[in-house]
Formats: sequence, C-alpha cells, structure tokens
Amino acid sequence: MSWRFLRDLLSGVNKYSTGIGRMWVAVVFIFRLLVYVVAAENIWKYEHDEFECNIKQPGCENVCFDHFFPVSHIRLWALQLIMVSTPSLLVVFHVAYRENREKHHNQKLYKNPGEIDGGLLYTYLISLILKTGFEIVFIVLFYKLYSGFKVPRLVKCDIRPCPSTVDCYISKPTEKMIFLCFLVATSCLCIVLNLSEMSYLIFK
Amino acid sequence: MDWGTLQAVLGGVNKHSTSIGKIWLTVLFIFRIMILVVAAERVWGDEQADFVCNTLQPGCRNVCYDHFFPISHIRLWALQLIFVSTPALLVAMHVAYTKHEKKRRFRNGEKIDIEELKNAKIHIQGPLWWTYTSSIFFRIVFEAVFMYVFYYMYDGFQMPRLVKCNAWPCPNTVDCFVSRPTEKTTFTIFMLAVSGICMLLNLAELCYLVIKICMKEPRKTT
Repeated sequence: MSWRFLRDLLSGVNKYSTGIGRMWVAVVFIFRLLVYVVAAENIWKYEHDEFECNIKQPGCENVCFDHFFPVSHIRLWALQLIMVSTPSLLVVFHVAYRENREKHHNQKLYKNPGEIDGGLLYTYLISLILKTGFEIVFIVLFYKLYSGFKVPRLVKCDIRPCPSTVDCYISKPTEKMIFLCFLVATSCLCIVLNLSEMSYLIFK
Repeated sequence: MDWGTLQAVLGGVNKHSTSIGKIWLTVLFIFRIMILVVAAERVWGDEQADFVCNTLQPGCRNVCYDHFFPISHIRLWALQLIFVSTPALLVAMHVAYTKHEKKRRFRNGEKIDIEELKNAKIHIQGPLWWTYTSSIFFRIVFEAVFMYVFYYMYDGFQMPRLVKCNAWPCPNTVDCFVSRPTEKTTFTIFMLAVSGICMLLNLAELCYLVIKICMKEPRKTT
C-alpha cells in the first residue's frame, strides 16, 4: 500500500474527465505527488533528530518540538494529497453503478456510461466542489497552525521541563520554506483548474 | 509513485518525437534520472548529519548549514528534471486531443478507417509543429534557468571543503566542514555536463524543425 494506489485511482478517473480534469490530474501527479516523493520527503526525514535546543535538560527538546510542530508539514501535505484525490472516487462509483445497471437490465440504458450527462454531471460537480473545498481547508490549516508559511530558523521555548526560555533551532528552514511555497502555489493552481472546470461544465 | 511513473509517461511521448528527441530522452533517463537515483542520492544522503562545525554551541551547525545550503543540490536537480520533462507532456496532450477529435468525428458518422486511426503515425506538422517547437523552447529555457540558479546560489560549481560561518548563535567565526566535497564536486560537474549536452540536443532539434519547415515552404510555393 503506497502512493501507487492513488496513482492508479487517478489514472482510472482520467478516462471520465474533461480536458481540464486531465490537466488537473497531470498537475497533481507531477508537481505534487512526484515532488513530494522524490524531494520533499527527504527534507523532513530527520526533522526531529536535527531539531536542536540550547539546553541539556532531558525532555525539553521533545516538548518544544511537539509544541511547535503539532502535525508535521510533511504529514499535512500527504493528508492533503489523499483528501484532494478522493472525491474522484465518487465519479468512479457512479460510472460503475451505471455500467452495473446496464448489465443488470441487459440493455443499453445510457448512450455511454462514461459520458458526463444527467446524474453523472451532478456527481462530477460535487466532486469538484469537494476537491476545491479540501484544498482551501488545508491551505487555511497550514496558515493557522504555523502562523503563515514562513519557517523560522530559531524558536524560543519555555514549556516545562525547560528551565527558562530556551533557543531551539529548526533544521533546513529555508529549504522547507521553499517547498512549502511550492505546495501553496500548486494548490492554488489546482483550485483555479477546478473552478474553471466547474464553470465550463455549468455553462456548457 | 516515483521516477518510474515519469518514465512511463515520457516513454509514451517517445513515439511522436524526432530522432534527436529520442536521443534526448535516452540521455535524460540514463545519464540524469538513473545517475540521480542510484548514485547522487547516496552521496548527498548524509549531508547534514556529517556537516560538522568546530564548536559545541547548540544550533550553530543547523544555522550554518541552512545559510550555506538554502536548497540542496539534490533537490534542485530533482526539480530541474521534473520541470525539464514537463513540456513533453504538452506534446502528449496535443496528440491525445488530435486522436480524440478523430474518434469523435468517426463516431459522428464520418468515414474514417479505424485501423488507420489506431496505427496512424502522427507527423509533426501544422499545429503539432508549434506545440512541439514551444515544448523544446521551454525545455531550453528551464535548463538554462536552473543552471544559472545553481551558479548563482553556490558561487560556481565547486563544493568547498571548509566554510566559515558567523551567523548567530555561533559565538564567533566558526569553521564548518562539508562532507564528501570532492565526490559532490565530481557529480555536480557531471550533471552540469549532461545538462549542457541536453541543451545542445534541444538546440539541434529546434534548428532541425525550423529548417524542415523552411524547406517545405519553398516547395509548396513553386
């Protein structure tokens, strides 16, 4: 069980998508999933080991890391990718339902089960709305959890058992910030693609 | 999900490329992606763990590493490969769109031989020529931009053995030692050379396409 499942799911959805939908799949594959796997994962790999506080007090580093990174950027990124891809399952299920109905009644009920018309159009629109909604929710979550998209070099921590206000240093902050900006940019691009696809389908 | 998927996608584009395009694709796969995955990643694997500064001050090493390596070579190469491969997708999308249109016309009753439709070799002419040429142009631009970014960020292509750092909280100017500098320099020069070769191949392909279309024009008019 790995990202391959998501890749297969999205490839399957590609058949029933509009042109803009296929562009969205390409953006998600290449600029989000591939960048995540080949580059971003390695940056955050040793984030806890490399998080260093200017103190020898045992437990202080753990507590400070937990306070400043309740959910790590990279985990939020992975969750975002999964949640944003999942609404496409609605379309897959609906098409499968249509094909099943045709088989059951043993006659051609639809011009083409994969054609975006009637009920399938509504399902497709709902999946687009959900995708856009999830994108926005995650961007807002990132912004709220980390007070913006900046990763500081130094954070000051004074939670017990740290005896006083202690300087803690985050590893690779610039690189993390660059990739976070990349994440936000690709999310915004995906939101724009989803919105244009929605307008295209509504005004068609 | 990894470089294998990119390879599968680009492999599909191979059918519609010129011969120089096919050579470019082979160079990309073997001398860049494969080298990155099997060799370069190991060399840069321990880069922060083995970045050692001559001080016990906590935080100094983190800060100095961040100052001298804002974005690691290996990540820049991965991004470069992704950006350089993406224009080929424009061509793949154009070809898919052309085939989709033909299929649609067939379904609407126009007489098109279905066997010919399936096996048709798409020639690079008309609108596809423009898509193909713009994709090569973008490839060249991306290669040049990334090479410049490398040069600008790391003041050249050599990895120093020693960097002097006095960013806070380092108490004074501290010596920091980069791990495997010679090996890293070797791979940097290698990747740079292969980028250069890819750029030359792209330029040659661009000239070939332009000359081909110019040769066609006089024949049409006479």
